[in-house]
Formats: sequence, C-alpha cells, structure tokens
Amino acid sequence: MRIAILTDIHANREAFSAVLSDVERRKAERIVMLGDIVGYGPDPEWCCTRAQDLVEGGALIVQGNHDAAVTRPDTAMNITARRAIDWTRPRLSAEQATFLANLPMRQEIDDLLFVHASANDAQDWIYVTSAQRAMPSFRVSKARVIFCGHVHVPQLYSHDMNGRVKEQRMMIGAPVPLIRSRRWLAVVGSVGQPRDGRPMAGWAMYDTVTNELTFHRVPYEVALTVTKIRNAGLPESLAMRLVSGA
Amino acid sequence: MRVRAHTGLEIDGFTIGEKLHEGGFATIWEVTHPLYRTPLVMKVPKILDGYDGPTIVGFEVEQMILPRLVGPHVPRVIGVGDFAVLPYVVTERIPGDSLLVHFRQAPFAVSDTIELAARMADALHDLHRQHVIHLDLKPENYLQRPTGEMVLIDYGLSRHDQLPDLLAEEFTIPMGTYPYIAPEQFLGSRDDPRSDIFALGAMIYQAATGKLPFGKPETLRGVRPRLWRDPIPPRALVPDLPEWLQEIILRALEVDPAKRYQTAAQIFFDLTHPAQVKLSDRAMKLKRDSRMTVWKRWWRMRKIKGFPAPVSVQSQISKAPILMVAVDLSPEMETLADLLRQNVHRMLATQPDMRVACVNVIKTSRIAIDSAVDDEGRNLHVSRLVGLRHWAEGIDLGDERLTYSVLENTDPAAAIIEYATHNNVDHILMGARGHSSTRRYLGSVSSQVVAEAHCSVTVIRRRDTAAEAEEQLAVA
Repeated sequence: MRIAILTDIHANREAFSAVLSDVERRKAERIVMLGDIVGYGPDPEWCCTRAQDLVEGGALIVQGNHDAAVTRPDTAMNITARRAIDWTRPRLSAEQATFLANLPMRQEIDDLLFVHASANDAQDWIYVTSAQRAMPSFRVSKARVIFCGHVHVPQLYSHDMNGRVKEQRMMIGAPVPLIRSRRWLAVVGSVGQPRDGRPMAGWAMYDTVTNELTFHRVPYEVALTVTKIRNAGLPESLAMRLVSGA
Repeated sequence: MRVRAHTGLEIDGFTIGEKLHEGGFATIWEVTHPLYRTPLVMKVPKILDGYDGPTIVGFEVEQMILPRLVGPHVPRVIGVGDFAVLPYVVTERIPGDSLLVHFRQAPFAVSDTIELAARMADALHDLHRQHVIHLDLKPENYLQRPTGEMVLIDYGLSRHDQLPDLLAEEFTIPMGTYPYIAPEQFLGSRDDPRSDIFALGAMIYQAATGKLPFGKPETLRGVRPRLWRDPIPPRALVPDLPEWLQEIILRALEVDPAKRYQTAAQIFFDLTHPAQVKLSDRAMKLKRDSRMTVWKRWWRMRKIKGFPAPVSVQSQISKAPILMVAVDLSPEMETLADLLRQNVHRMLATQPDMRVACVNVIKTSRIAIDSAVDDEGRNLHVSRLVGLRHWAEGIDLGDERLTYSVLENTDPAAAIIEYATHNNVDHILMGARGHSSTRRYLGSVSSQVVAEAHCSVTVIRRRDTAAEAEEQLAVA
C-alpha cells in the first residue's frame, strides 16, 4: 500500500491543492495528515473542509499545535503564530472548530506511527531537529517507522541495533529503503510553509510493499498565496517566508 | 528468534545446501528454492556475538544497495533476510571462481590484459551509471558470467549517491583493501567515483606485471606513501609492454583524482582504441621518479587532508561525457558538416572535459564485393580518416580526447548505434539529409538512430529554403 503523508498544511490552499493532485498522480492509496491544517495561511476554511472530506473518504489525521490553539489558546506560541490563529478563529465554523479540537494525537497503521511533533510527550510539541531529539521518540515507541511533522524541514533518522540514533542524508525524489534492521523516524516537510530554502510544497510517500520512503516537492502558485496573505492583513513575515521557502 | 545458517536449514522457502566459501566477514551457501530454477547462493554475514558494528553496517549497506542494481554486471537479488531471524542476501549464483584465482597466474599476455581490463572497466562504468561507487574493487570482487560479462560483487563498503550513507562517520579508520585503495579514500573520502578508477588501475598493473603497484601494506601507515611515492613503471618489469598501456595504467594511478581518467568509460575507450592513446611522459618512464621529485611530492602531500570530490557520481559521468559525431563527408553535405562542427564547439564551451569521437561510415554493398580500394587506387578507409581529421581541424581538444574512426557496414544507422553502445557513448550528434528525394526513397539514417540508440541523439538539419517554398507550393 502506498501511503501519502502530508503535514503542516497551514491554510495554504494553493500548496494543499498542488500536493493533492501530485498525490493522486503518484497513485497513493491512503492519505495521512500529520496536523496543522490551519494557522499562518489565508485559507483556513477551505483547507479545513478539504481535510474533513479526506477524513470522510478514509484518510487518517492527527492534531497539530495550531489546530489545538484554535480552541485552546497556546501561550508558548510566538507572536506571529498567535496573531495568525487569532485571525483564523472567527473564520472557522463552529463545526470546523470542533473538528480540529477533537482530532486524535496519534494514529497507527501496523508498525507505523503517525504523530504531529514527536512520539514522546505529544502535547509538548517538541521539535525533532537532531538525532539527540529523535532518540526519546524511539525510546517510548515500538513502531518501526515514526512519521512526524512540525519542523517544516524534511529529515530522516535511523535507530540501529545498538540503539544509536543518526541523522541520514536523503535526496528529494529518491526512494530510500527503510531497511528492517533499523527503526526510522521521518520528519516530513511542510505542505504549506516549507522552511528549508525551497519554496515548494513538501510531502512524502511510503510504500509498505517495497518498504521505501520518498520525499517529494511540488511547485505551487506561491504568488497567489502571498497576495492573499497580504490582502488578509496577516503579518508580512508570513508572506515573505513563503517566497523564500525558509 | 535467531537461527544459525547450516546445511539443511529451511528459511523463507530457501533450503541451504553446501557451504561454498567462508570469508572473513561472510559465509556463502548454495541454496535452492522450489520457485527458482536459477542456481542461487546465500550470503550470511558472520556476526560475532554481541555488537559487531562493522559487519552489521556493511551488511545493511549491501541490503540497501544491491536490490537497486540491475543489468549483467551485478548479481540479481532474489531475497533478503530479516535481521531478527537470520540476516542474509540470496542472489543468483555466478559460476566459476573470482578473478582472485585467475590473478594468481599474472602477469598475463598483453592481449589478455587488455581484454580483461576492458571488461573490468565496462562493468565498473555500468555500476557508476547506477549511482554507485564500489570502494572495494579487487580481483576477488569480480566474477565472470559464462557470456563474458564481469560481475561486481560485495557492496559492503559501497556508496550510493542517492541513498543515506550508513557508513559515513561510522568508523574512524579508512575502509578499503590496502593494496588497491585510492589516496583520497585513504584520506577518508567516500564520494569520489574516481577512487574506483584508481583501484582498477592497480588491478590492470597487477594483471600486466604480476606485481602490486604499492606492494601489500599490512598497516595503514604502509598505505600512506602512495601519496608521494610512484610505483615502478610497468615497462620496467615487463619490457615488451606497449607504451600506450603503461600510459593508461599510470594515468589511472595518478595521486590527484583530477589527473586520472575521469570515468571508467574513458579507460574502456582507450583500451579499445590503442592507436589513439595520446602518449605523455608517463608512457616513456622506465624508472621511478628521482629522490628529489619524490621528496618534493612528500613535502606537498605530508599534510594534505583530501582532494576535491565531485558533487555526485552522476555529475562526474556527465562532466566527462563521450560525444560521438557522425560526419557525412560527401561533397553535398559540406554545409551540414560545418554546422556539425559549430555545434561541437558550442557543446565544448559548456562541457570542457568532453571527449569527442569522430566517426564516418562507409556504406558497403550487400553483395560481398570488397570495394575498399577506390578508382584512383587509394585506400578509401585512409582517405576517409584524412577527411575526418580535416573536418575536425579547429576543434581544440588536444589529441587524446579527439579520436577518429571509420566504420564499414551495409547499414549505416546500425553501425552508428553499435559503435555508440559498445563505447558507452553518452550523446550522438549527427546531421539529417535535407528534404532530398534520396531520403524519401532510402529512408533516413538519423531517424533510425534517434529511434534505436540508447543515448541522447541530436540531429542537425540545414534549413533548405528552396525546398520549403516548393513544398508550400505543392500544398497550396
């Protein structure tokens, strides 16, 4: 089964649409969304509705910190993120707010685990940005592959038989065999707000038959999203961030 | 639950037969499977009790890389075992011994060395084309198919440039086999395909002379001198070794990767076109360098940390491509030939390391009358060669990267395609006959080449305004 993993959509309709058509083109059989459907971007209603449709169609979803912040204000969030959530809140219907508030924290398919930030202390929204920070996720979970988002930069970590965790270099578009002698943690790149210097929407495909993971990037109409952000009066830094992809 | 491999063990449908080979890091078993008629072997790593890092990681690397490889120069993978039960890789069995056994009889006759070296280079280029640097080339890692293709085995130290490198930073000492390891690999590099070129050079040296160019160092310290000390020139050991072959061997063994052959395809090309190998001082050498020269090199190399490596295997291959230009020398094609030359110039501007093979085809008649001698009694073959050289005047490449070949065939397109395939040509440049009636009746050579060649083909056409106008009139 080919599983498409999407994360950190962040109310970016253009990026979300571009990824969904890529997902279809590459014939994914299942979709898993790792949260942060809203926040930062100008199209929370549309993205939320689209996510709900996908869930109805069988997609799995977990909650992200921005999704949670819609109903439970998060004091740890930076000022820009908080301004964007304050802007988002009145735009969502009550039903959409409930949908986001009630999302589960984790999902599993066989030996795969899906979370937003990390497998350990999900509610603390820990950023997995190094091998050291990936280690606790491997400790608390028995899953062979852990998928998370939250960082917005695609990364891959392996946990070998001796318990050592290492960051592994990977290439966009090149399938990586997740050999079974190790356990793996994949940080999937963001759909709606990439931060690795490439202004393209990110997602990943995992094939359970070939046991291969491929990180993908798709171009989308950045200029349109940027215009919408400006017209909405959202912080300018959010627009600039999409332009640079960093 | 872990199991140990032994004769009679059944696992994942495979039945283990007799033990074929026991090496330092792995045991090879003959295995059978009811679904496969192909003879199979199972490689099982010898994992010591407790944590045996190097063996495990090497085996993991092989499990990642081997299933990716295809073609006649690699063993086909049938199955991969689970580490929790029994780690293994099952592949087709390539009959016969490795080159290690064969190399015990070295030195070989010059013609045998050349033939062997060409097949080894061909297999290596195929591997590089699949993004893999072997990094442990030695005679025991070469097997031969009954059909003649060399098969490269043992990918435990290899590097796939699109996959995570599980071995990076894993060990502090350089990995490789001391007699064959390249200087930059000794210094810790794992991403230069030219390290394999060096090892190949060491093997050709061994095939030609029966000796190892840098001896058999037992310690890392013993490897280091190859950074400054040159090997005994092969011709000092085998006086009748041709100069051109020494040129090839010593060029492959250059300390600085930038001075070596840049791709295995280029070594293959030279091995199969000996008359066109440009000879340098390397070819003439009969003694090792003087103490002064060696001392100066030692002074330069004593603190060196590494050499610049290419971005990827792919980029290295495409940086030094082989361009084949099929030139039509007939008088009415002169303008087209000029256009072809201009295109070569343009391509050289962006790819200065390109190698250009100029080719002309003599179309022979189907009825076997040898017409190699034309009316004036001059050898047609020679006159075409002269014509090619004349055509190439002004292509500033230095002789060693510009070669000329005249092919004879009843089917020119087939001749061009065959040459391109055999010589690992990356790109064919050729002209298309204009809107001539000949083309209409005889079919187009270029369109056949475009349809059937395995590489890129660029077809140059001269705009024929008169014919265009005529056709428009006809349509109207």
